[in-house]
Amino acid sequence: MRSIIRNFRIQGSYRQAIAYAVLWSAPLIFLSIFYFYPLGSIIKTSFERADAGFASSFFEALRSESVREILWFTIWQAALSTLLTLAIGLPGAYLLARYEFRGKTLLRALSGVAFVLPTLVVAAAFYALLGPQGWINLVAMRIFGLSAAPIHLTNTIYAILLAHIFYNTTIVLRMVGDFWSHIDPHLNQAARTLGANRLESFRKITLPLIGPAIISAALLIFIFSFTSFGVILILGGPRFATLEVEIYFQTISLFNLPLAAALSLIQLGCTLAMTIIYTRLSNRLTRPLKLQASRISQKRLTTWKSRIFAGVIIFILLTLLVAPLLALLTRSFVRLEPGRGQRVTESPGLTLDFYRELSINRRSSLFYVPPTTAIGISLGYAFTTVILALAIGLPAAWALARHSDRSLNKFLDPVLMLPLGTSAVTLGLGFIIALNRPPLDLRASPILVPIAHTLVAFPFVVRSLTPSLRSIQPRLRHAAAMLGASPAYVFQRVDLPLIGRALLVAAIFAFTISLGEFGATALISRPEYPTIPLMIYRFISQPGSINYGQALALSSILMLVTAAGLVAIERFRIADVGEF
Amino acid sequence: MKKDPQLIDEQPVLILKEIYKSFDDDQVLAGIGFEILDREILALLGPSGCGKSTLLSIIAGIEPPDQGKIYWHGSQVDNIPPHRRGFGLMFQDYMLFPHMNVYENVAFGLQMSGIDRNVIQSRVLETLELVGLVGFGERDVNSLSGGEQQRVALARSLAPRPGLLMLDEPLASIDRTLRERLMVDLRRILRQLEQTAIYVTHDQEEAFALADRVVVMRQGKVEQIGRPEDIYRKPASIFVARFLGMTNLIKGVGIIDGDQNIIETSLGRFPTSKSIEGPAAVLIRPESAALNSQIGIQLQGKMVEKTFRGNLCQATISIDGSTFVFNFLSNSELPDAGEDIQLSLDPIEGIVVFQPDVDDLSSILN
Repeated sequence: MRSIIRNFRIQGSYRQAIAYAVLWSAPLIFLSIFYFYPLGSIIKTSFERADAGFASSFFEALRSESVREILWFTIWQAALSTLLTLAIGLPGAYLLARYEFRGKTLLRALSGVAFVLPTLVVAAAFYALLGPQGWINLVAMRIFGLSAAPIHLTNTIYAILLAHIFYNTTIVLRMVGDFWSHIDPHLNQAARTLGANRLESFRKITLPLIGPAIISAALLIFIFSFTSFGVILILGGPRFATLEVEIYFQTISLFNLPLAAALSLIQLGCTLAMTIIYTRLSNRLTRPLKLQASRISQKRLTTWKSRIFAGVIIFILLTLLVAPLLALLTRSFVRLEPGRGQRVTESPGLTLDFYRELSINRRSSLFYVPPTTAIGISLGYAFTTVILALAIGLPAAWALARHSDRSLNKFLDPVLMLPLGTSAVTLGLGFIIALNRPPLDLRASPILVPIAHTLVAFPFVVRSLTPSLRSIQPRLRHAAAMLGASPAYVFQRVDLPLIGRALLVAAIFAFTISLGEFGATALISRPEYPTIPLMIYRFISQPGSINYGQALALSSILMLVTAAGLVAIERFRIADVGEF
Repeated sequence: MKKDPQLIDEQPVLILKEIYKSFDDDQVLAGIGFEILDREILALLGPSGCGKSTLLSIIAGIEPPDQGKIYWHGSQVDNIPPHRRGFGLMFQDYMLFPHMNVYENVAFGLQMSGIDRNVIQSRVLETLELVGLVGFGERDVNSLSGGEQQRVALARSLAPRPGLLMLDEPLASIDRTLRERLMVDLRRILRQLEQTAIYVTHDQEEAFALADRVVVMRQGKVEQIGRPEDIYRKPASIFVARFLGMTNLIKGVGIIDGDQNIIETSLGRFPTSKSIEGPAAVLIRPESAALNSQIGIQLQGKMVEKTFRGNLCQATISIDGSTFVFNFLSNSELPDAGEDIQLSLDPIEGIVVFQPDVDDLSSILN
């Protein structure tokens, strides 16, 4: 049978080469115009000859004390976030990998929800838990009879770190946990019979095997924390700025585009380097050893020691993952002050006011957009993003999966992942610099936002489509043909149902990413067309409990929509060992 | 419904002529050709890499041959795409459709031919019953065991009643005990449906048990075609003998003495019908040695080792410094290891004479 597969590569090589080129053309044209051209413009702007000489803004940025401080903060908070996340995630990964227990699926699902939640929702959730009007402070004020909030976690580094851990724990649970669960425990038993004790067996067998998975997970967490934007902007307050936040301020508040471009370039250098290392590592992860189906490698919690261990880990994870989300949801229904038109003496209680308020234009101002309109705008952007992302993602994934022997794939695969290593704010900045003037003036066009969202979603769409397409083996089609199915019928009955599920999963990915995207949108959207995350940001940065409540209400809605999307993804994914 | 092979319609239904196929510079099929008769089960037997699977996919139409012709009921089918040939192919790793249940998998081929729904249903249930999977229709194919998946694959390829069914090592991934049973079932099912079939395998036991005729392949060519018992009794070459597990080969010299052909070897002189002058090789059948007999060539040897194999006892015996393997019935009175043994050899039925080529000569130790 080997020979059959080999032959398929040679057959009709000329026609295949044309098909291959056609497949790549759309994604590459799109990336050229909306990724490389803006990126080039950023480079050009930061290196441009100014009054102070060649590339002055770039060198000025490097020399500046404050930029160095920002860079240093960006690095150490990312490193600290990574270490803390590993510390909490690795025991959890072990638990998920080696034990079978009730509620495991739920735990996995919850951690997954945390990961895909928009940053604004996460920030709002921590606000609802730890903020001045958050649950912990409300409870403390009531118990101790205080008039002011006793705990000031927002606007501190702790809130930032907590949010980053909340976000990224699932990376450790999934990447390390999944990999771990497929490693045959017999390997350890073999080591034990050869005289290794438990620790030695872990150090010499398990660690080298899961090491690459841990390092890739750590790199990914570091990249995410390094380019953190929404979390820092909202939970960190004005005292903290990562490079990403600084680029935003330089662009929006000061309109110092050359400096913003220079900062972008520094950041890009760092993230791209890390992304390249990450891709290398995860490629190595895909074919390391004979993977064992996880069913074989898991045991039940039978001993007391294992039960206590599991109990502690599950408690920590649940508290971390569930508390903020629960706080957000409940807090959005609780009013502390009397509602409008009610007697002042009425005590705090449950209310739907924050949700009702969403559809009312109280300020009757022309520039004010009611949140329901923002929801409509967001949905419109999200649907456009889905169409665009699939239109360019499907051919790319097809070329990667079905023409896997082409050497060009090795080069193009990482190119497709470049947007993943480019921060959202950088993408937005690139659009502002490049697409605001001829030859491509899209300043006023409403298509600009979905295009940016497509760039963000594109790597995810390709990454989820490629393995599914690859799993449709050519011989499955031969089997159908041998049963009398014409090529058209094979496509309809075999390819389409299998691709259909993959497409659905990819579409939901694109949809939820677009709904929650904040960094790029914050830079390029027009004030009269705000999206849901922008609305949340507006509300949260304005004083008053009705604004706060509306932020929480909008966040809750966004959270539920995103969670529903994730459930759908898990349901339709064609999953097995092959998911790696 | 057991059929006598003699009653098979002698008209060939499938004719392969001089099929060539190369991948890159690697020639996989080198002018192979044979015929298959109606309702016949033909086994393609050969070591891995001999081109069996490639030949199957060429007959199926999945791949075009570089050269050669394929006739089905007298008309050439080379340019007909696989889905219109009306052949069935059961893949080695089954290739069940992962998004369909058992029923949908089996019904797939019938739906292609646009048959009435009710007919499809009764045919699917009938076929599932035939392979012993009653009540499995709603099951998810991913949840089945290897043996069950194998049966679904068989049912799926049988359901449309293909004119020719090809089976590509269908038992290769099944463990030994189950394989014995499935082999018997498979033969019964194919016979019951009077199915013309090509069965690809590298296991001679399977080929002998299932097939009416066996085609032994070697490096993309036919090495021997014949009924299982003929191939076993008269292997056409040293390659075939070795492939069937016969190892007692000795060198000899062919002498033509008047109208008598004789092969002279270290064990004695063997008369033969083949006229060979010069280098020759003699195969001594493992079951050809007798104890306590004065008829035939008398041999003096030493017992090296004996292994109990159920109904047989396998004895390794050293004669004149060379070792031979012989099979005796288990109840034979064999001496212990290290002791002398007296054997007699049937010089006509007990041996096969070959004219070896250069490769063969260098590899015969004795």
